[in-house]
Amino acid sequence: MEIETSAPEQLTVEKAIANLTQKEDLGLRYYAAWWLGKFRVKESQAIDALLIALEDEEDRAPDGGYPLRRNAARALGKLGDLRAVEPLIKCLDFPDFYVREAAAQALESLGDKRSIPALIKLLDGGVEAAVGVPGKPHLVQPYEAIIEALGTLGATEATALIEPFTQHSIAKVQYAAARAMYQLTGADIYGQHLIKALEGDDLQLRRSALMDLGAVGYIKAGEAIANTLAENSMKLISLKGLLEKSLQGQAEGDLTETNCQLMDLMDSLL
Amino acid sequence: MLDVQSLIKAVEKADSAQGLLDAVEDLAAVKSAAAIPTLVKVLGFNNPGAAVAAVEGLVNIGEPAVPYILDNLDDYNYGARAWSIRALAGIGDPMALDLLLRAVNGDFSQSVRRAAARGLGNILWHKLPPQEVLSKQQIVLEALLLATEDGEWVVRYAAIVGLQGLYVSLQGSHRLVESVLGSVPKAIENIEAQRLRPAGENFEHLTAQILHKLQNLQVSDVEISVRARALWALKNLINEKG
Repeated sequence: MEIETSAPEQLTVEKAIANLTQKEDLGLRYYAAWWLGKFRVKESQAIDALLIALEDEEDRAPDGGYPLRRNAARALGKLGDLRAVEPLIKCLDFPDFYVREAAAQALESLGDKRSIPALIKLLDGGVEAAVGVPGKPHLVQPYEAIIEALGTLGATEATALIEPFTQHSIAKVQYAAARAMYQLTGADIYGQHLIKALEGDDLQLRRSALMDLGAVGYIKAGEAIANTLAENSMKLISLKGLLEKSLQGQAEGDLTETNCQLMDLMDSLL
Repeated sequence: MLDVQSLIKAVEKADSAQGLLDAVEDLAAVKSAAAIPTLVKVLGFNNPGAAVAAVEGLVNIGEPAVPYILDNLDDYNYGARAWSIRALAGIGDPMALDLLLRAVNGDFSQSVRRAAARGLGNILWHKLPPQEVLSKQQIVLEALLLATEDGEWVVRYAAIVGLQGLYVSLQGSHRLVESVLGSVPKAIENIEAQRLRPAGENFEHLTAQILHKLQNLQVSDVEISVRARALWALKNLINEKG
């Protein structure tokens, strides 16, 4: 997978906000919500329009879902405006799974601890309740997004609730739990769980573990990341996460042996 | 001695992703020029694991693989083209210089731009006629300086690695020039020395540009990882000097 940025569309900030605010063309609204997030338009008017879009009733998918709300939630996660926190918390109760998922991811990016209790509530019933919805390609809750958010938000009060999910039957949920547990406890066993995932047979799962290791900056994973079978682009992003973690707290101008070892690995993947 | 032909057959017969990867690794390991066409063909199979192994095999074969890769660049298979450029970047033969220069600033894929940037720091300059070296090094320097302003962090990172490599090869060329100039008194300089003298003076100019750019990046890049790589390059180059 190549990670590329596409050429900017012929929208301007004013035009995108206008497109999002009008009611006639649902396609234009949907696209405008995505565009504002993509190009990090942080103007107050853009936030206002996205918050209104978060309550939209017009745009409905054949499955009963709310496409515009999903896009609005994703965009608000990228714009860093904390006015979105309470409205996004409300979205966690919304019937559309993908709105809940987008809201959990957005709340993770916004990094506001107010969202912790509502996220914890979605883990009600624990692993036993975390089963698939008949006829849908997803579980009853967006567990990956919820657990990753709790880890990033430093929700240590959720540790005992998250731990059992490291044994969930779905690998990606396991990894999300291992990632969060590492963030919350710093215990090696969870980092090792993710390293083990790099040896698996499924490329998608190896990619997923690469992103998780990069996100938590599990420094001992350096060699395993460099050696796993996946695209160099993804390995480099993952190692960059490790390097950033290892540089944290150092004075700029200093380099440790660990910093240099990680850069050596990155050099070899260019 | 393993039989190259049977290893080539094994690559052609492989019927699973893992089987192909294993067969390519075995073929790459013998470093035989006879394997070149098969390894290049593997670059077009859309199998990243096997392609990595094939690139590694081609890099280990080195110069003999370069004309074949250049002649068989697949304009219609983007993936294959990207892997070919990675192989050429790894080998560093100046025959591929023009291609790498075009790729580093112009390719739409960040993975090609970063591979080309690394490759430009890895050119085997002694394979060029001496009178062409300095002007080509100047062009490479300009391309790498431009690449340090790429929108993708990983390309800027690779450009730093490229600049570090270029600096080291400039020093190599400089030492060569110095040894020629040092052996003859200026008054009776021969043609060779007269030709080399401007190169010696230009050396300072090129290396100063590299150090200046690295110092800049070390404080001003938005990514802490890129700043750290620039710092590491500077530390390496200062050690090299001392």
